[in-house]
Amino acid sequence: MNSSRRQFLTWLSVGLAGLITAAIGVPILGYLLGPLLRPVENEWRVAGKVADWRLGDTKLVKIENPASLPWAGTTAESAAWVRRTGDASFLTFSVHCTHLGCPVNWLDDAQLFLCPCHGGAYYQDGTVAAGPPPRPLFNLPWRINGENIELRTIVLPTENEPQ
Amino acid sequence: MYRWLDLRMDISGVWRATFLHPVPIDVNWWYVLGSATLTAFIVQVVTGVALAFAYVPSTEHAYSSLDFITRQAFLGSVVRGLHFWGATAMVVLILAHMSRVFLFGSFKFPREVSWLTGSLLLLLVLAMAFTGQLLRWDQDSFWGIVVLAEQFGKTPIIGGVLAQLTIAGQQVGGATLTRFFATHVFLIPAGIFLLIGVHLYLVVHRGISDPPQPDSVVVPNVELERYERVLATRGVPFFPDVAWRDFAASAALVLAVLLLSVAVGPPAMRTEANPTIVNTNPRPDWYFLSYFALLSLIPPEVENWVILGVPIAIGVFLFAVPLVANRGQRHWSKRPWAVAAVGVGLLAGAVLTVAGDRAPWAPNIDAVQHGALPPSVTAGLDTQQSAGATLFVRRGCWACHTVQGTGGLAGPDLTFVGDRLTSDQLTTRVLNGGRNMPAFASTLTPREVDELVAFLRTLKTKR
Repeated sequence: MNSSRRQFLTWLSVGLAGLITAAIGVPILGYLLGPLLRPVENEWRVAGKVADWRLGDTKLVKIENPASLPWAGTTAESAAWVRRTGDASFLTFSVHCTHLGCPVNWLDDAQLFLCPCHGGAYYQDGTVAAGPPPRPLFNLPWRINGENIELRTIVLPTENEPQ
Repeated sequence: MYRWLDLRMDISGVWRATFLHPVPIDVNWWYVLGSATLTAFIVQVVTGVALAFAYVPSTEHAYSSLDFITRQAFLGSVVRGLHFWGATAMVVLILAHMSRVFLFGSFKFPREVSWLTGSLLLLLVLAMAFTGQLLRWDQDSFWGIVVLAEQFGKTPIIGGVLAQLTIAGQQVGGATLTRFFATHVFLIPAGIFLLIGVHLYLVVHRGISDPPQPDSVVVPNVELERYERVLATRGVPFFPDVAWRDFAASAALVLAVLLLSVAVGPPAMRTEANPTIVNTNPRPDWYFLSYFALLSLIPPEVENWVILGVPIAIGVFLFAVPLVANRGQRHWSKRPWAVAAVGVGLLAGAVLTVAGDRAPWAPNIDAVQHGALPPSVTAGLDTQQSAGATLFVRRGCWACHTVQGTGGLAGPDLTFVGDRLTSDQLTTRVLNGGRNMPAFASTLTPREVDELVAFLRTLKTKR
């Protein structure tokens, strides 16, 4: 066999190996990127009845996640903090601490949100009271629809404001 | 029969090349750490496969299937215990093995690639430790995933995409757990098998480094010849002359892991993962307590740099070491900086792990929700002071301040604050807050402030 033919067969083999890799690799890569391509409708979800909040009440609400899978179990819902500040005005907060995402807990008597992980603390209006959080708690879009208050679910990572 | 097979498979040839290959006679007990790590990995594979026989990787059933394994399956608790303590052993041993290799200068020419594959193995082992903890699917797992996604989210430009790929969507949900399951049981182990293959091939092919003497120096041009001379004069077959120590150490390791899984058992089943239960206290397993502590103790301004920078710095260090320092002195007595690096690294890791376990920065939310001050604090208080003591607990002061060894550790200990501060100073502090203390001016009425201050003034050495 002459050397140019040998060289051709070498490159042919390398090329075919690349083709095999691409034929399997491209669909698999696309499949793994699937969650990014899946359309998500972040619809308004009922968080509760407006009448359930007295002025100044801060309550944890559960809202259904968009696009949750049939086997999601407990993760079919997310939580949010809702505080009533006026007749038709509310403050809504993501439960995620703005430091690293741990869940903040509302201490009603202390009127503080406290984070159990690194000690972040926030005032009732969500501004930082102490600890490492770089910014106030994230607000969630809300609206009053009839007798209900409705929210949109928080999107991770929390740097992405929910749409 | 053996002859028939050997003629076709060359079993004796393979045996000679691997188990009977010559190694320096002075290879000692320090050299068992690598093989012990391998044994721990085998324990992990076997017990992991066994767990996968019953574990259901679905968000709906993961927790209950693990509960079944732990409480009902025959020997299930022991198998889970073996997997947990095996993981602990593997992390400890791989770090010990790396320290040994580093201090002995065994990573120098011609074994740089052994070090590099070993560094990648360390990375994968830590990834196994992290993803394994997530499969427990309790509150620690759930919030661990959220924190991971949040940290990935801080990466410039691609952060959002990276985070949503990690959790397979916009929320941690049904698709997240299967992703971590497949990563933990297929993807990373495949990488580990491959790298162990290369690592062991190099051990056999380039031989085990001889223990360094104070005058041992690696000169790449003559190192291969020098090693040949060592084997010619002091070489013995690896098996059984040297390998018996490896078997002894591995046996001790497996028995210790078995003992721990029977006597101590696997980690207790805690609350199932639930995004709507915020009254929780998420903590990583011990492997990552040091990192957890680091994120609390550094100033927030530099945090994004640390989150990205520390892993990159460690990675660059591990990969640069064999390329920059592949020649010269081997003995630790001639390499003070190497000894310092290992010493400082281990010490920092230990200190941060202890700090992460204590987590003094975290508020003691449980205390203010369910606890009560010790009688020695509340005894003999008048009405106003007693009302102040109640406020001290209810308004959350106690979550961060210690009184007689109870409460939180985030703020100053107030056991004797009455000796230090006057009523006016205390009032100012309560109303305005301080460096890392919330202001309570809008939460407390003037009367409540007086009650609280009256109570705080009773906290003295002599009452």
